[in-house]
Amino acid sequence: MRVDPKTLKTVLVTDCGSTTTKALLFELTPTGWRQTCRGEAPTTVEEPVADVTVGAINSFREIQELSGRTILASDDSFIVTGDDPSKGIDLYLSTSSAGGGLQMLVAGVVRTLSTESAERAALGAGAIVMEAVSADDGREDHERIERIRHIKPDIVLITGGIDGGSSTHVVEMAEILVAAAPRPRFGDTLTLPVIYAGNKDAANHVQEILSKIAQVTVVDNVRPTLDRENISPAREAIHELFLSHVMSHSPGYSKLLSWTPVAVMPTPAAVGDMVNTFASRTGQSVLCVDIGGATTDVFSVFPDQSGKQVSNRTVSANLGMSYSVANVLVEAGVSGIKRWLPFEIDESELRDRLRNKMIRPTSIPQTVEDLWLEQAVCREALKLSLQHHRSLAISVESRGAEKGIADVFKQSAERSELVNMLRLDTVIGSGGVLSHAPSRLQAAMMMIDGFGLEGVTQLAVDSIFMLPHLGVFSSVHPVAAQEIFERDCIVYIGVAVVPVYSKSANDGDLLAEIFLDNVKIGQVIAGQVVCFKSNGDSEGVLRVEPKRRDVNLGSGLGQAAERKVRLGNEGIIADGRNRPFNPGSFSVAAQMAIYKELGLIVDADSSAGVA
Amino acid sequence: MSSGALTPGLCVAGDVVVKRRRELPTTSGVVKVSPGQAVTPDTVVAEALKEGELRIVKIPEILGVSPSEALQKILVKQGDVVERGAVLAEMRGLWGLFRTEARSPLAGLVEFISQATGHIGIRAPAGKIQVNAYINGVVESVEEGRGAVIRAQATLVQGIFGVGGERNGVINALRINNSSAVSERDIPANCKGSILVGGHSPTLEALRCAANRGAVGFVTGSIDDKTLAAYVGYDIGIALTGDEPVSMTLIITEGFGALAMNDQAFKLLRQAEGHEASINGATQVRAGALRPEIITKRAAESDKTVGESSGVVQGSLKIGSSVRIIRVPYFGAYGRVVELLKEPTKIATGAETRVAMVELLSGDRGIVAIPRANLEVLG
Repeated sequence: MRVDPKTLKTVLVTDCGSTTTKALLFELTPTGWRQTCRGEAPTTVEEPVADVTVGAINSFREIQELSGRTILASDDSFIVTGDDPSKGIDLYLSTSSAGGGLQMLVAGVVRTLSTESAERAALGAGAIVMEAVSADDGREDHERIERIRHIKPDIVLITGGIDGGSSTHVVEMAEILVAAAPRPRFGDTLTLPVIYAGNKDAANHVQEILSKIAQVTVVDNVRPTLDRENISPAREAIHELFLSHVMSHSPGYSKLLSWTPVAVMPTPAAVGDMVNTFASRTGQSVLCVDIGGATTDVFSVFPDQSGKQVSNRTVSANLGMSYSVANVLVEAGVSGIKRWLPFEIDESELRDRLRNKMIRPTSIPQTVEDLWLEQAVCREALKLSLQHHRSLAISVESRGAEKGIADVFKQSAERSELVNMLRLDTVIGSGGVLSHAPSRLQAAMMMIDGFGLEGVTQLAVDSIFMLPHLGVFSSVHPVAAQEIFERDCIVYIGVAVVPVYSKSANDGDLLAEIFLDNVKIGQVIAGQVVCFKSNGDSEGVLRVEPKRRDVNLGSGLGQAAERKVRLGNEGIIADGRNRPFNPGSFSVAAQMAIYKELGLIVDADSSAGVA
Repeated sequence: MSSGALTPGLCVAGDVVVKRRRELPTTSGVVKVSPGQAVTPDTVVAEALKEGELRIVKIPEILGVSPSEALQKILVKQGDVVERGAVLAEMRGLWGLFRTEARSPLAGLVEFISQATGHIGIRAPAGKIQVNAYINGVVESVEEGRGAVIRAQATLVQGIFGVGGERNGVINALRINNSSAVSERDIPANCKGSILVGGHSPTLEALRCAANRGAVGFVTGSIDDKTLAAYVGYDIGIALTGDEPVSMTLIITEGFGALAMNDQAFKLLRQAEGHEASINGATQVRAGALRPEIITKRAAESDKTVGESSGVVQGSLKIGSSVRIIRVPYFGAYGRVVELLKEPTKIATGAETRVAMVELLSGDRGIVAIPRANLEVLG
């Protein structure tokens, strides 16, 4: 297979998810690089098939059927494009989150220092952090041991102590690990892979303690000093172990790996790369969410206090729209979900419907009420996952280093949240419930409500969940990946205009006026949500002028906000409900009124009906 | 996507080969059975020594000294065997008065003395772990050091969701109509060791009564989610079960709400009344699908006709297929596929998806369009 980007014309890429393997065909057409075909098939990692390549080949066959292009030879091997340009491919690439993805245990000393840095390293490598234990997490040793025993991690990352500082506590964490003796998820005969990325002075002690139960890899400290974070070496070690240990023991993966000259990436790592590229290219602050059946990944790029763009990724492992839907119910509560519904529903009925979705995860809503219910769950999942993300997306600064044992827990760093919703430029939604919502406006409202968007924010979705494919493709041909991203992947929905104002405003008060290319197109009224529809996806300069001194649109109190925007399919959504949401403002009637105003409910006589 | 339902069917069959792999979490055990050997659920298939607990004794913290000072006070060395209460380290105060001792909390082996922390790791003696056969059957194969595969020709009824782990008992059908909700008065007085079968939507009182009377399992059509949470003691978050602190394994065959057990399952379990059965409520919906199950005696010839369906794997939706609808507004209804539309169709939500035209055979009759993703193939 060819890797020289100049020779590539036809590239096949798969994302092997937990449920579905999705194959995309990228081709160099007369008009440039395009995504030309899509096929999918159930992922076959699990019994009785237990070979991921079977599902992959099924997805290739669907590509063949739909595109008319012969990709596979009679023995199911790839045809490499030769003299006949209508057959074969030049390159095959893949990402994977099958079998639950990469699952890790993270252990550190101080929750807000080494442990958090370790978590960011793991998340940045595309892992799901099953548990994070710290010496200062308030638990007794036996509680930590018990909790660790329940987990079957693929990899353990242990950190703690600045270089040259105290060794005691990080060695203690190693002792706890030995006492718990977690078993690796894959293969009870295999030794647990452990990465040590803490105080270099403690490395030998840690290796000695863990040698009985683990295969230890030592890398640079994730927190060599209090005010410096260095997570790249740990992240790379995780990725290497992911390939050599996790992937190689997943059924069929060694065969899949032999099909491609490029390393298979964890799905979230590939998505994160594309988000970072977008942010870097545009200079924007970006929030991207991938809400799947079992997990919700959130990616963000925001500037730190020095102005440098900092990217973060978190995964809320138990928030999702099918397998984890009942956990959203548990965490959000019935009232949290009900508040978004424009119809009454009995609590038992609501719970039972979501439980039935949990046990039959591939079913889809058939009635409008059921669709509203799922979209209400999505809002809560977005809200909860953003809360989780905000707690980890922080910038690291220190008030000074102290090295004594007693000082370890007194050491603190200034922790400032990076996520600032008023300064957010673009939000990108991905995952079936957002990408495949029957109406793009529904997707927009889920993100506006779920994330509690503020200020002026460009709204977009990943059209068919293409980000992971583009992420791995960009490692080979970044220019082509960018072309496809702009033309076929990202779909602009519109712009959210959400003033934040003081509680002294009353419903009905004028908050701001909206201008597009200096032409006034509408107003933002307190308590109301209105959509100013666009005539197609055009660009323009949006200016929002506050009409009250207590209104903040992102540029400061009473200051106008102005930026270039894409109007997308839906135009400008003016949301005057204020942030944070007033709990008292939610009711069935209020939700009904909003959705009717937006045209999302058209039948005035019932809660059913769709635009 | 090929013309298949996305939701795999469950196995409900009166005469199938059931194989269960019974293995230790290690490969260094001893397999106690041999190929061809008949086994019962309690037969020990394999056993191994399980490493004892490791307890960490924090000497510096007990003596109130630094790790390096603590190391000077330790009286044992790595490899020593100590009794419970043995003095591991001691420190004497001024002029030899006021002795402070660190004693071992258990009998065991000094596995390590950390030069960095001054902590001592004491390993308790090894214990034994065993794995049993779980079902009545025959040993098909063994894996040295690990375990064996047990094979049985049996009735297998899979449920859609369960709580509680493996148990064995005797099938005991409730004396109510299968389409009735289960209340406390329906629980037989003597159900110790029973696996109760029948009805739907048991009340919390019914479940607790059955558990208190010694029932080991309860198989019913459906349950209300609030009742389930009350029975387990908490709201289950993700669909990964089997370790709940319940004395009676609970399995629902249809789903949440008020749904009667499907006729096939009910008749098969009914015919096994009075016979031993193995039950497991463990459920895992993703990343290795696992469904709760009841395994019991193979159906008699006269009963097999109601259990010929062996469950259908995904991908076999075709015209004439018997199906069940798994989403509102026809949730739980049975039907027959009369047409498979090739092109995506717009449904009430506005989404476009591939649908099947289904003739309803229960509830409201008629032919309705159902998204293929919302059909469970029965045969």
